[in-house]
Amino acid sequence: MIRNTQGKSERNPILKLEHVTMRFGGLTAVDDFDNVAYEGEILGIIGPNGAGKTTVFNVITGIYFPTSGRIIFDGIDITPYKPHQITHLGVARTFQNIRLFGDLSVLDNVLVAQHHLLSTRDADKILVRHGKEPKVKGHLWFWRAVFKIGYREKERQMIEEAMNLLRKVQLDHLAYEKASSLPYGQQRKLEIARALATEPKLLLLDEPAAGMNPKESEELMEFIKYIRDEFKLTVILIEHDMKVVMGVCERIIVMDSGKIIAEGTPQEISRNPRVIEAYLGKEWEHVNT
Amino acid sequence: MVTAMRTMKEKTRRDLTLTVLFVIFVAILLQVANVKFDSYQKQVLSLMAIYGIMAVSLNLVNGITGVFSLGHAGFILLGAYTSALLTIPPEQKAMIFIIEPAHPFIANLHTDFFTATIVAGGISALGAFIIGFPVLRLSGDYLAIASLGFSEVLRILALNLQSITNGSLGLKGIPNHTNIWWSWGWLLVTVLFIVSLVKSSYGRALLAIRENPIAAEAMGINVFKHTLLSFVISAFFAGVSGSLYAHWLTTIDPRITTFGPVLTYYVLIMVVLGGLGSVSGSIIGAILFAFLMEWLRMFEQPFTLFGRQYPAIQGMRMLVLSVLFVVTMIVWKRGLFGRAEITWDGIRKLMKKFRRSGSR
Amino acid sequence: MSLNPTILIQNLLNGLMVGGLYALIAVGYTMVYGILRLINFAFGDVMVMGIYFAYYGATLIRLSFPLAVTVSLAGTALLGIVIDRLAYKPLRNSPRISALITAIGVSFFIESFAVVFFGPNYKPFLDALENKTIAFESFVIGNVYLPKIIFIILGITAIALFILFVIVYRTKIGMAMRAISADIPTTSLMGINVDNVIGFTFAISSALAALAGVMWALRYPSFYPYTGFVPGLKAFIAAVFGGIGSIGGAVVGGILLGVIEMMIITLFPTLMQYKDAFAFIILIVILLVKPAGLLGKRTVEKV
Repeated sequence: MIRNTQGKSERNPILKLEHVTMRFGGLTAVDDFDNVAYEGEILGIIGPNGAGKTTVFNVITGIYFPTSGRIIFDGIDITPYKPHQITHLGVARTFQNIRLFGDLSVLDNVLVAQHHLLSTRDADKILVRHGKEPKVKGHLWFWRAVFKIGYREKERQMIEEAMNLLRKVQLDHLAYEKASSLPYGQQRKLEIARALATEPKLLLLDEPAAGMNPKESEELMEFIKYIRDEFKLTVILIEHDMKVVMGVCERIIVMDSGKIIAEGTPQEISRNPRVIEAYLGKEWEHVNT
Repeated sequence: MVTAMRTMKEKTRRDLTLTVLFVIFVAILLQVANVKFDSYQKQVLSLMAIYGIMAVSLNLVNGITGVFSLGHAGFILLGAYTSALLTIPPEQKAMIFIIEPAHPFIANLHTDFFTATIVAGGISALGAFIIGFPVLRLSGDYLAIASLGFSEVLRILALNLQSITNGSLGLKGIPNHTNIWWSWGWLLVTVLFIVSLVKSSYGRALLAIRENPIAAEAMGINVFKHTLLSFVISAFFAGVSGSLYAHWLTTIDPRITTFGPVLTYYVLIMVVLGGLGSVSGSIIGAILFAFLMEWLRMFEQPFTLFGRQYPAIQGMRMLVLSVLFVVTMIVWKRGLFGRAEITWDGIRKLMKKFRRSGSR
Repeated sequence: MSLNPTILIQNLLNGLMVGGLYALIAVGYTMVYGILRLINFAFGDVMVMGIYFAYYGATLIRLSFPLAVTVSLAGTALLGIVIDRLAYKPLRNSPRISALITAIGVSFFIESFAVVFFGPNYKPFLDALENKTIAFESFVIGNVYLPKIIFIILGITAIALFILFVIVYRTKIGMAMRAISADIPTTSLMGINVDNVIGFTFAISSALAALAGVMWALRYPSFYPYTGFVPGLKAFIAAVFGGIGSIGGAVVGGILLGVIEMMIITLFPTLMQYKDAFAFIILIVILLVKPAGLLGKRTVEKV
């Protein structure tokens, strides 16, 4: 919460969406979205179903190419890049409907997310093109992996890192379980851990509290703050659970029918008559009862 | 943690020793077979390994990467023709290209079997690389049809490029190079390569693509590039198997029943029987398939069943196998192994279970 | 390049005719795909079974040709239902890939079945006709010879497609078919017996494939168990071309594919031997350029 009290002018925007519009045929899912995420903040996006929240995530992560507008991440125009390239540059996400690699173990799920760090050639090309410092994590290519030339040591390192990460999110005791066999709450957590393993600067969480009981969502709030500080992240989250949004977000953007209808601190949002009318009313009552 | 690491290291070393011992054991068995078996039995034994290579390589794409390609026969054909043209002596070529003389470049080519097989794999891999660019951008069923289409296009080319492939007459008098050692040796190479790949970070990436391509892409995996990688490797070994197959058959031609979709169906049956996604399953499926093919051959000659004489039934093998195929899919669904693999750990557990139930 | 107008007209008609036959099979693919999201690989083989049924009906049982064809259509309709009930219905809730593999298995089974019971060799279809000359008669306009059989086939194709459209767009069962392809769960809630409608779809599309087969054999009279493979694949391509799931698209796609094929070999006669390869190249181009096909609706996968 300390970060939030600093003046706006001092804050450094890590993600800028410039007049982003996304149309599917006649449907305008996102209409002139123009906003930023500041480095280190936890930003919430709320709004009724079909407001275009997830589409915003899909546009940021390159799954959809916006009809118009630009997306600037960390000083790089990422609009033309593909999802995996955007991940290389430091944006990671989770999905509304959990998308784990169900048949793989918990550990393997995390290891898959580290795969792109083996060889950072592709990412480095983009970074250099934009005048940035390349990552150069060593180029361990395909042949070395197949013929095991110095690969076993690398694999051991990867496993160690993955286990460290799993320990931090308290999933290490389940490392060798099948991902699909975990209970729902743990699956959500694993999805976050997997996203963290890609070494992001910006983490997008799509309804992380969906299907959680009050105790679990309480823990989740602490968890989100913890990973933000531990991994020095910026977090944007889409959430319906108002308690989570109000409890964890430092700034909130409210969307309705593809448009931003309000923006501000949780206090400001909860007092905004337009928001209460359009969306918050019922939910807010629901939380208070 | 440190001790856990050490026991893991010891375990890998022990598993490695066991694997080496197992390979030596199989080699001894093969040597015994080489001495004791008649030439027909040896032929079947070689064919098992050739089928094994076909199945393991198809499984890499269809079972592990989860991309449903039906183009395998095309890559096998490419490998078969490439290597056959490399090993048939120039004098022999002059004799078989009767409608149109062989292209001068082709006519004078001549290499040893090993080089020819490597080149065959390389050409198939190159073919997969070129075909992969458009085909692998498609998804699901479309990819299946398009890859089947491309393998048909290759067959049509083989049928019509008279000065290169000798057209519908096919290639005759291919040296009979494939023996037990070549075929099983290449199977070993294939399995070592593919298992080593699957057990590396690259293999995990392929499995992730099978499990959820959208999430894999979001985790920074270049799905197209990795799928292409598995497609190309699969085609390389399909080409190798094609080379072995050509030098096993000694005569090849581009008929629909030899290198057409039927061959892809055969390989698909092996993989599905063994369990889509399992390397060990694919090998067992291939061995089983080769065995069944030979055993069912008896129906294609006049045979006696329950004391009654029956005339030969042509096509009976395929009928029985296709029924087995469909029934496997409907009733058994996951085949012999599902996605599981035979591992030393698994065998140890199984033996423990046996011992325990034995002592009771 | 000088084009012989006779050859041009003949090839154009031929292309229309072959395209019409692709269309007859393609509507089957598109209807089944629309409902089950399944490529029924076996349609090409059902088509061949249609040829065999008609052939044996006329030669072995000595039915008159029209009656033999009727029996063949009924037989293949039944075959379609049986295939669905035995092979596809148990897999309705399995991954789509299982259903696709099974469809390949069914196709392979029918081919093998035909080899075992009807023999692997080519058979002369015209033996089924009492009067073979009809296949060789031509209209002569000036010095242009136009085979009568082409016009007969075009006419029957048009009638069959008209009847299909009436069934799909003007009857209750047709409405149920369209409803299911839009949304299976909701439709079953509306009290429609989904399995019966799917069975009906298989029956009607199999009969159309058989009709196409019989007419195919009238034009290209030599047939064997693998005759259906290439037309089957091409019909699927035609369905994709027109936009899978759209019946009108399948018809347009089929006819266009037939005409394009014939035009390419008219313009470039040296490519004759590679005729069968064009369709696959068209498929790739279409899928890369306009994945939803000419008349299909584009669907975006929800992430």
